[in-house]
Amino acid sequence: MNNPVRKNDMVIHPFRVIVQKEISDHVSSWRFIILILIIALTCFGSMYTALTNISTVVKANDPDGAYLFLKLYTISDGTLPSFFVFVSFLGPLLGISLGFDTVNSEQNKGTLSRILSQPVHRDYLINAKFVASLTVISVLLFALGFLVMGLGIIIIGIPPTPEEFWRMVFFILLSILYVAFWLNLAIFFSVRFRQPATSALSCIAVWLFFTVFYNIIVNLIAKAIEPSAMASTNQVFRYQEIILTLMRILPSELYSDATTVLLMPSVRSLGPLTMEQVVGAIPGPLPLGQSLLLVWSQITGLIAATVLCFVLSYVSFMRREIRSR
Amino acid sequence: MADTIIELADLTKIYGTHAAVDHLSLTIRKGEVFALLGPNGAGKTTTILMMLGLTDPTSGSVRVCGIDSTSNPIEVKRRVGYLPENVGFYDDLSGLQNLVFTARLNGITANEATQKAEQLLAKIGLSDASGKKAGKYSRGMLQRLGLADVLIKNPEVIILDEPTLGIDPKGVREFLELIVELSREQGLTVLFCSHHLHQVQQVCDRVGIFVEGRLLAEGNIQTLSERLFSGSPYVIEACITHTISEEKDLQGKKYSAGWLNKILKPVEGIIAIDIKEDSILIQCSRDAASDIARAIVESGAGLNYLSKKEYGLDDIYYRYFEGGENHE
Repeated sequence: MNNPVRKNDMVIHPFRVIVQKEISDHVSSWRFIILILIIALTCFGSMYTALTNISTVVKANDPDGAYLFLKLYTISDGTLPSFFVFVSFLGPLLGISLGFDTVNSEQNKGTLSRILSQPVHRDYLINAKFVASLTVISVLLFALGFLVMGLGIIIIGIPPTPEEFWRMVFFILLSILYVAFWLNLAIFFSVRFRQPATSALSCIAVWLFFTVFYNIIVNLIAKAIEPSAMASTNQVFRYQEIILTLMRILPSELYSDATTVLLMPSVRSLGPLTMEQVVGAIPGPLPLGQSLLLVWSQITGLIAATVLCFVLSYVSFMRREIRSR
Repeated sequence: MADTIIELADLTKIYGTHAAVDHLSLTIRKGEVFALLGPNGAGKTTTILMMLGLTDPTSGSVRVCGIDSTSNPIEVKRRVGYLPENVGFYDDLSGLQNLVFTARLNGITANEATQKAEQLLAKIGLSDASGKKAGKYSRGMLQRLGLADVLIKNPEVIILDEPTLGIDPKGVREFLELIVELSREQGLTVLFCSHHLHQVQQVCDRVGIFVEGRLLAEGNIQTLSERLFSGSPYVIEACITHTISEEKDLQGKKYSAGWLNKILKPVEGIIAIDIKEDSILIQCSRDAASDIARAIVESGAGLNYLSKKEYGLDDIYYRYFEGGENHE
């Protein structure tokens, strides 16, 4: 493998050939370059605000004080959102823009029937495209995350503890999973709709619905079923649970819940806590394992949503009859 | 037969209630150049998709190179090169890169693929454009690149769906000659699909006429015309300058049927007389050209020209399509 001449003499599995081609397509496309620029700029912007404010946010009795490094990703002075908010906002954009024309552009170019008449299984194409996009996203997010970490080490001069490092890594993995959800949704629309513009628009519509309108709807429902001021604790508790459950249908909610817990080790619960539960608890950070355990259901939910979208696109692609153009 | 390479038996594909391909049985021998002719929507592309295992037949079986396409499409696709209608390439890759990509999908190493692609590009006359992006190729260049793309996997059979679409007449001729030349060189079986008869007529050994999912006839052009025109094998086309006295019967037409019947009555073997815009077509059971000429001249009318019509694929084709409609 070290010798490039030998590498060119090897027979490579068709699946890897497609993946390689897709990755090189992505990396050399204008779309990707623009995306990288946007994401890199916003990340550095948020890092800048984090670095200028990091001295003011650490208070003497802050339970997260030990995790100074993680604050790089979470603090902001109000002018620019923090790093993780940026990722949760730009992640869908990244996923959608890498996926919305996966299948339909191949069909419109007339390359789909040509590729499928080669001795490859039909699902290689869609799997390879998914793997390629996911690889690109993973490399991008890891690079950005580590870049922020590296710059943080240089500027604030404090290296992250291993615990902080692993929280970071899990945060990036979670972000990849979140982007993968949007990627799969976009791939599904690209199989369903012939026109790339239609599928891009549908993805953006779903995204807008989830970020803007869904919240409004939940607020309306919340107003309607709001218990009176005299209601018992139990009723208020159940009311809160219902609202939370409604919100947790959103992948973005799952993602921000999970990232909050991972990046702020002092967060102990994502739902309401009763006084009895909190009594005697010393405000302090949770170990990584406990934090992960806390968000396990969120992670599972995200994985399920991602897999569901992939299965839908896979099935509709496999059943589709491939004609030229 | 031992040298059968494509074998379709009772192949049927039904979309909803519409039978796109209706009990099609067809065998193509090794090394043959076969043309499947039919109008748009006749089910030609569907048939090809079934041959490649890209779509499953409703019933019947397809065997290509002795392999069942439905249950083992990968092996079939390894041996069959398919040039789809309106073939497309990756615009951002050069012609060479596009070919290398296809070759590597077929399990050819990168080095070997580059070598082969360069050879093929030289053969199809695109060496100069090999580094140019495929997005900048002209339609004719794309079709030739498509041919190279089909040949790079060393196929046993090549299937070309409407290969001449969008190429200018000169280009069509060159392209078809190139296909036949290359396939003879390598002993390939070629299956064309087309609705352009003239073009395919020049190069194919055998023709199948395919209308509304059914194969109406197959054979070489000669047998087809013999079978089709067995009732009236001779058609004589005549152009007559008529006399002024007949003008009152004409009713806008150039010839009057009554008058023609009268003067041609003495000639034996005439089956039908068909009056066209500028000429008349006379169908006969024997070669009656000289008798017809004499009859016309003796009637006092002027004979501009008289010719015996040869049947081309065109006539066969139209004849069949008319026939096809009549079956309904």
